[in-house]
Amino acid sequence: MEILMSVIIGFLFMAAVYLILSKSLLRVIIGTGLLSHGAHLLILTMGGFSGSAPPVLTDGVTDFADPLPQALILTAIVISFGVTALFLVMAYRSYQELETDNMTLLKGNDEHD
Amino acid sequence: MTNLLLFPVLIPFLTAMILLFFPKKITAQRTVTVAGMTLAVIASAVLVSVVLRDGIQAVTLGSWPAPFGITMVSDPLSAVLVLTSNLITLAIVFYSFRSIGESREKHLYYSAMMFMLAGVNGAFTTGDIFNMFVFFEVLLMASYVLIVLGGEKRQLRESIKYILVNIVSSALFVTTVAMLYSVTGTLNMADISAKVSEIGQSGILTVIAVMLILVFGLKGAIFPLYFWLPSSYAAPPVPVLALFGALLTKVGVYAIMRTVTLLFPHDPGFTHELLMILAVLTVVAGCIGALAYYDLKQIVIYNIVIAVGVILFGVAQTNMAGLEGAVFYLIHDMLIKAGLFMLIGVIIAITGTSNLREMGGLMKTYPGLAWTWLIAAFGLAGIPPLSGFFGKLLIVQGAFEADNLWGGIIILASSLIVLLSVIRIFIHAFWGEPKPVKGTSAGVYRGLLIPAVIVTALTVMYGVGTEWLRPLMWNAAEILHQPSMYIDAVLKE
Repeated sequence: MEILMSVIIGFLFMAAVYLILSKSLLRVIIGTGLLSHGAHLLILTMGGFSGSAPPVLTDGVTDFADPLPQALILTAIVISFGVTALFLVMAYRSYQELETDNMTLLKGNDEHD
Repeated sequence: MTNLLLFPVLIPFLTAMILLFFPKKITAQRTVTVAGMTLAVIASAVLVSVVLRDGIQAVTLGSWPAPFGITMVSDPLSAVLVLTSNLITLAIVFYSFRSIGESREKHLYYSAMMFMLAGVNGAFTTGDIFNMFVFFEVLLMASYVLIVLGGEKRQLRESIKYILVNIVSSALFVTTVAMLYSVTGTLNMADISAKVSEIGQSGILTVIAVMLILVFGLKGAIFPLYFWLPSSYAAPPVPVLALFGALLTKVGVYAIMRTVTLLFPHDPGFTHELLMILAVLTVVAGCIGALAYYDLKQIVIYNIVIAVGVILFGVAQTNMAGLEGAVFYLIHDMLIKAGLFMLIGVIIAITGTSNLREMGGLMKTYPGLAWTWLIAAFGLAGIPPLSGFFGKLLIVQGAFEADNLWGGIIILASSLIVLLSVIRIFIHAFWGEPKPVKGTSAGVYRGLLIPAVIVTALTVMYGVGTEWLRPLMWNAAEILHQPSMYIDAVLKE
């Protein structure tokens, strides 16, 4: 299971890097989404897959899943959701204002203002 | 009062929430912000005195026993940083009245500022690595708002890059925390430190340490990772720039300090050596940038990069002198950068440009501004008895004690370049033939200059009162030097 997850995470990171390096702003944003998905899956995997019962500690339950990675993922998902939403709005606004979504054309310095 | 250390986080946070309810009433916005900030400054000043008197304050939320709940820890270093951040933000709030413009004030400018301050104070105070990630996100979200507020073309263009860089570094942060959790099984920084010294710092932990340095280095702008900083910081208006320059990179620097002193101090031959090389390269790169531009903003922005290098160089020495110097220099740099950015804001308001070639002769018409700039410039370069001197002296002393002769010499030489870069502004802007300027009304000039003068006066007092501040700084450095004090304070309960 861990091996499979590692391959999936690696693939997500790879796809994310490819998309982030592309020119279109929308692809870049999708790339950041994939990157955070990879990171979230990594947390889940790093917590370990041992344990099957829910982590409700009563007498006799010894084989329970680690609840902490799940709490961490929940927090991280909410944050990346918020950031992605903001990023999309910003991309739309800057497309309206700058009339391009091409990252190469978004270069520039003080002389180009 | 054990909850005292939460107040500097909660007060700005609540202030920001209150401000959300009446965005269009500017007078009320200003009043509430100033009231909230005054409270925050008082709370953090009390916190510093309590930490000095009673030692490290720790509170674990929800009354869980220490490694399980989320711990907030206030040791002398974080208490002083919190106090400095609050003071600077209060000054910048006053500065904003006359400079940020009504349209921004009506669109939740102060609210975003308070949210950012809550995040900064939280990141300084937290004792839990994942909680630190959350506070980083809080301050980053607020900084995204601040950097794009106004929606000028340039701001939009630069903020996209800023957001992208920070999203990538946040994803890297989560990844690193996940790996750290799988190796140590805990997220409490004191507990991680205890566990790492128990199991020994093996290869994988050193990898994690380097990843953390990369993550925080991306926020704190160390050598190969600072390229996003100059253009992004130059985009927003000056008060925002001052806030970013004084606070944001310093959060990254603080996190690196904690990483290499508290979490992973056991392999200095690799991590500290790496940090030292990066720090020296950061200083060199910053020096090149500071001399290369004729733009006021860029020159001072590159001085941020230099200062980050100097502080981290001190941290990498792993001896008391280096660490104490780093703490001294960190506080000095926050104050002086806020002062310098506020002063260039005044110059830009008067001349209407940030290009040095288009200004000159301001000395005759604005002598107060000129002399304040000169004092701030000398303070930045570290001319005794001004504020930059003592920190740098200790850092160089630490370098010589640790046999890093060349590093120390480069740091000393960089002071000259720093002096040259800011005196160049003095020569071009204040000396020479007066050029026709846009000018500004006396009210605006006073409203901008007075907060800037107050911050500059603070740095002068910081420099002159070094002897008086020394016990506090020594205390802070001692805890960095001996992580066991920090661990005992957190895990004792």
